[in-house]
Amino acid sequence: MKVLIPGALRSYTRQAEVEAAGDTLDAMFDDLDHRYPGLRFRVVDEQGHLRPNMRLFVNGLGVRDLAHALRQDDFVAVVLALSGG
Amino acid sequence: MNRTNAPRPPARRAKPAAGARRLAVLVATRKGAWLFRSDAKRKAWATDGPHFLGHTISHMVLDPRDGRTLLAAVKTGHLGPTIFRSADFGRHWKEAQQPPAFANLPGLPARSVDHTFWLTPGHASERDTWYAGTSPQGLFRSEDGGVTWAPLPSVNDDPTFRGWMGTVQDGTPDGPKLHSITVDPRDPSHLLFAMSGGGVHESRDAGRSWRTLIEGLQVVQGFDPANVSFHDPHCVRVCATRPDRLYQQNHCGIYRLDGWGGEGALTWERIGRKMPKRVGDIGFPMVLHPRDPDTAWVFPMDGQTVWPRTSPDGRPSAYVTRNAGRTWRRLDVGLPEAQAWWTVKRQAMTVDAQPEPALYLGTTSGELWIGRDGGERWSTLARHLPEIYAVEVAELA
Repeated sequence: MKVLIPGALRSYTRQAEVEAAGDTLDAMFDDLDHRYPGLRFRVVDEQGHLRPNMRLFVNGLGVRDLAHALRQDDFVAVVLALSGG
Repeated sequence: MNRTNAPRPPARRAKPAAGARRLAVLVATRKGAWLFRSDAKRKAWATDGPHFLGHTISHMVLDPRDGRTLLAAVKTGHLGPTIFRSADFGRHWKEAQQPPAFANLPGLPARSVDHTFWLTPGHASERDTWYAGTSPQGLFRSEDGGVTWAPLPSVNDDPTFRGWMGTVQDGTPDGPKLHSITVDPRDPSHLLFAMSGGGVHESRDAGRSWRTLIEGLQVVQGFDPANVSFHDPHCVRVCATRPDRLYQQNHCGIYRLDGWGGEGALTWERIGRKMPKRVGDIGFPMVLHPRDPDTAWVFPMDGQTVWPRTSPDGRPSAYVTRNAGRTWRRLDVGLPEAQAWWTVKRQAMTVDAQPEPALYLGTTSGELWIGRDGGERWSTLARHLPEIYAVEVAELA
């Protein structure tokens, strides 16, 4: 699947859009961490929770549950929350 | 004679004091980190930065064992916490492979590290050992120079400690902190740390077991001093040349403890009682002379009503004791005389180890000050920085 990476994480990926694999969002972040070491912990904490102020969109729909199932043709956007300025 | 053409006497070049070394002041801020390098006279300063512009840096520390490795505790408003390491004094940075993170154990409420707050290099004999304190309160150790970090379960997963720590809900608005990690220069297994809140604790066996050091410390009026949860040490320091002596700036006063490392009962003595009554003895930082165990500095703040944490009456000043706390003297020459409402945080004041030590402090309004002659004459080294969280000074090789 294609994953849109926010500017704050491009020091890891060096590009705005990357490829990743995984049956769930959790597995997708494992795969991203394998490709770009350190990325996952900046987004997902040690208890497996999405960090506050981070948002995920799958095909344009907001999702917080990292167990959310993915298909290989999904488009995932990782976004820094926008609120308050 | 044309005055402008009169030959001038050759300019006198002040020689640095014997033994003086070039210095670097390491400044960690809410929006990045800076290094200010000086010559041995501390006259000419060169600015190196920003590093990590936009990142929140809680602490940046030089490894005194090699004089070139820097560790920085980093996060951003959105991204999770991590540690960056430089092996060449900030020219290149590399992220830790395994930053501090809590274990996930059954039976205790799960916690996540919000940020690493405090970094301490290990003992001189343990070349690659570092300690980190986090918010919420956690103690971590690295034995590979800061590349990978492991939690200390004797603290992080101990039900008694967890009770004293409380939850994030019980902490201050910026989060409860584990700080003041201290390694006894006489013994690498003798450790100490403090928690805001949660008291002061020491270990004689490299962190496998702990005992609490709160005897003599006061708590907010009306609360039980026997309850460790109510103790709020702000900063604890050990004397470099007399390691049995500790000083502490606490939420409830300034204290000294003698006999640390001995076998007898240890009791803190409130030495802040000798501070002027209108100033009080509340503050964040505690700074010790590099060689004289009787000399220490504090920077008082207003701890009344809603705790503004600004200087009393808007008139900032350091105070020094030269006799281990029997008397204190105000040091405000050069500092604003009125209407200055900034705060100096617990890691944002330090002293160098030059033959004639100078103090350094960073303010929440982004000013970096030097207090020459042990704080007798203050002047700014930098202005308009972001809010300053921590200031460290290091001697350059």
